Amino acid sequence: MSLPPTTQPGSAVDPAGYLSIRGLVKDFDGYKAVNNISLDIAKGEIFALLGSSGCGKSTLLRMLAGFETPTAGSIVLNGRDLSTMPPYERPMNMMFQSYALFPHLTVWDNIAFGLRRAKMPRDEIAAQVDAMLKLVQLGKFAQRKPHQLSGGQQQRVALARSLAKKPQLLLLDEPLGALDKKLREETQIELVNIIENVGVTCVMVTHDQEEAMTMASRLAVMSEGRFLQVGAPGDIYETPATRFVADFIGNVNLMEGTLSDDQVDHVIIDCADCRHYVGHGITGTEGMAVTVALRPEKIRIGRDLLPPQDGEPEGGLNRVQGTVKDLSYFGSFTVYHLALASGMVLKISASNTERHRADELTWGDSAWASWSPDAHVVLTA
Amino acid sequence: MKAWLSGLINGRSAVIGIPYVWLLVFFLFPFLIVMKISVSEMDGVVFKDLVSVTDDAISLTLKFSNYIFITQDDLYFTTYLSSIKYAAVTTALCLILGYPFAYFMARAKPTVQPALLMLVMLPFWTSFLLRVYAWKGLLSENGWVYDAITGIGLDQWLAAGGLISSPGQLMNSPFSLVLGMTYTYLPFMILPLYSNLSKMDLRLLEAATDLGATPFVAFWTITVPLSKAGIIAGSMLVLIPCVGEFVIPELLGGPQTLMIGRVLWDEFFSNNDWPMASTVAVVMVLLILVPLAIFNKYQAEANEVRQ
Repeated sequence: MSLPPTTQPGSAVDPAGYLSIRGLVKDFDGYKAVNNISLDIAKGEIFALLGSSGCGKSTLLRMLAGFETPTAGSIVLNGRDLSTMPPYERPMNMMFQSYALFPHLTVWDNIAFGLRRAKMPRDEIAAQVDAMLKLVQLGKFAQRKPHQLSGGQQQRVALARSLAKKPQLLLLDEPLGALDKKLREETQIELVNIIENVGVTCVMVTHDQEEAMTMASRLAVMSEGRFLQVGAPGDIYETPATRFVADFIGNVNLMEGTLSDDQVDHVIIDCADCRHYVGHGITGTEGMAVTVALRPEKIRIGRDLLPPQDGEPEGGLNRVQGTVKDLSYFGSFTVYHLALASGMVLKISASNTERHRADELTWGDSAWASWSPDAHVVLTA
Repeated sequence: MKAWLSGLINGRSAVIGIPYVWLLVFFLFPFLIVMKISVSEMDGVVFKDLVSVTDDAISLTLKFSNYIFITQDDLYFTTYLSSIKYAAVTTALCLILGYPFAYFMARAKPTVQPALLMLVMLPFWTSFLLRVYAWKGLLSENGWVYDAITGIGLDQWLAAGGLISSPGQLMNSPFSLVLGMTYTYLPFMILPLYSNLSKMDLRLLEAATDLGATPFVAFWTITVPLSKAGIIAGSMLVLIPCVGEFVIPELLGGPQTLMIGRVLWDEFFSNNDWPMASTVAVVMVLLILVPLAIFNKYQAEANEVRQ
């Protein structure tokens, strides 16, 4: 490879801050699409920006690529400030949403495009393109035009094209958005494997939380131009920081309540339908309003109250009776909608571990739900 | 038979059929008549029938001498050549002027695009003849274009390049002819280019830039190849009518700029040699049709690629 040598300031670069974003703002005529974002990404990480459309995630990605100029703030990659560098000089490549493959060029020429711009010798270009084709297993299709390929193949060409120049940072814009569900699931794993093989640091944008959780080593939940929470997928799912994050990632039951008993090792929260025993202390004062977040899969359901397990408390805590108002069968699990006395609907997800279970709950049945002391997350924001 | 009839009358064949009928009646049929005249013999002022019955024998008389004459007389060959030359120069100028125009029009804010499009089409609101005639006034002595050109000394350069016969004499020269044709046909270049360029996916340019292409390189490697269909369509729309142009050479051209349209006119109306004139017309139509057919084939293949 005779690509321009990358600057290696060596020890000056903090390994956790391979890509370092500080105070980044993008102002579109008074509307802050990206509002004062700071972020450090380590080398080799796959980082996902997750949010619904219009949350600023694409604008952030486009500022990294250089298509948008930040209103304020800095972007430093591997010790080099990129803020004023035009996109064609940045040592990063992007895989575009719906790929943006050049329709008049063959697969081979598409992949070679970036290498030719780098003025590489002809034989090195050929070697690198062939290596890329092998990486994405498209060797047979080298001479095809993009429109002669399936969606999945086009996606792999786009990946090969964006990896061909060995970028220091790979940007993925909704990488699997154009694929159908089944293919998407297969491709997620394949894509991560390829990226990890190459060892490239990667920032991806997606609105699909499943995609973000499967592929990313860390992710940021974005809303209205700000990061709401940054962390590993498991942390964000199990300990969401705010109502918005809890609601945005996965399914959740949110119950309003008041903190009625605040002990060091546990707290009691009173809600309209039930009392919660939370097996850990929280920062708060008695009488304050809180929200209890309870994931559907952490609740157990039965016709009669199930025998307590995992230290479920006695005395009518962490349990509630209701009527099955609705149930959705998903094959591997069933989601029950339990109507409670106050009118609230509690979602409960139960694994279908047995076939044709006798005495199955059905519409209109009365049922008990119960959960353990560490099932909840108490949200004060 | 019945099925065939109902198939003929149904809506689909009517929609497809009407343009065909139109072409048949107003193009193919007259063209066949012209072809017939070109191989007919004159008997005083009437054409002899091609097929005649004499002594119980049917004889078909085709006179190809005109076609042979065309290849032997230098006049036709050189005027064909000069027609193509002026048409080609006009096409090239239209492309050079029209491409940037169409490009910036297509990239302008969507709100101003209709206004720009209107400006391109505005000249069509006045008669083409009047507009060409107006150039006569502008390019003659005391016309303000004349004053501007002579004022900056551009006529010296034009004369040195052989585009006008002498400095201060702009009219009736290759210069005035090409100027008039470029002016007239520019919209025909801009419109197909605009429609092509405005449909282009701008993310392709971003992708090119992302892969290290400067805006200039991205333009030549992505924008230009992808607008090939528009370039070809625009060039055909300019080149083909320019080859057979009669009015503009007549009004703005001079003795140096003899074009095939003029020769055709002379054969018909000065020499009154209709078979000869028809021969010239047939050859001209063929010279225009063949490239057009090639273009259509190319276009069809390009469309196939896009799907």
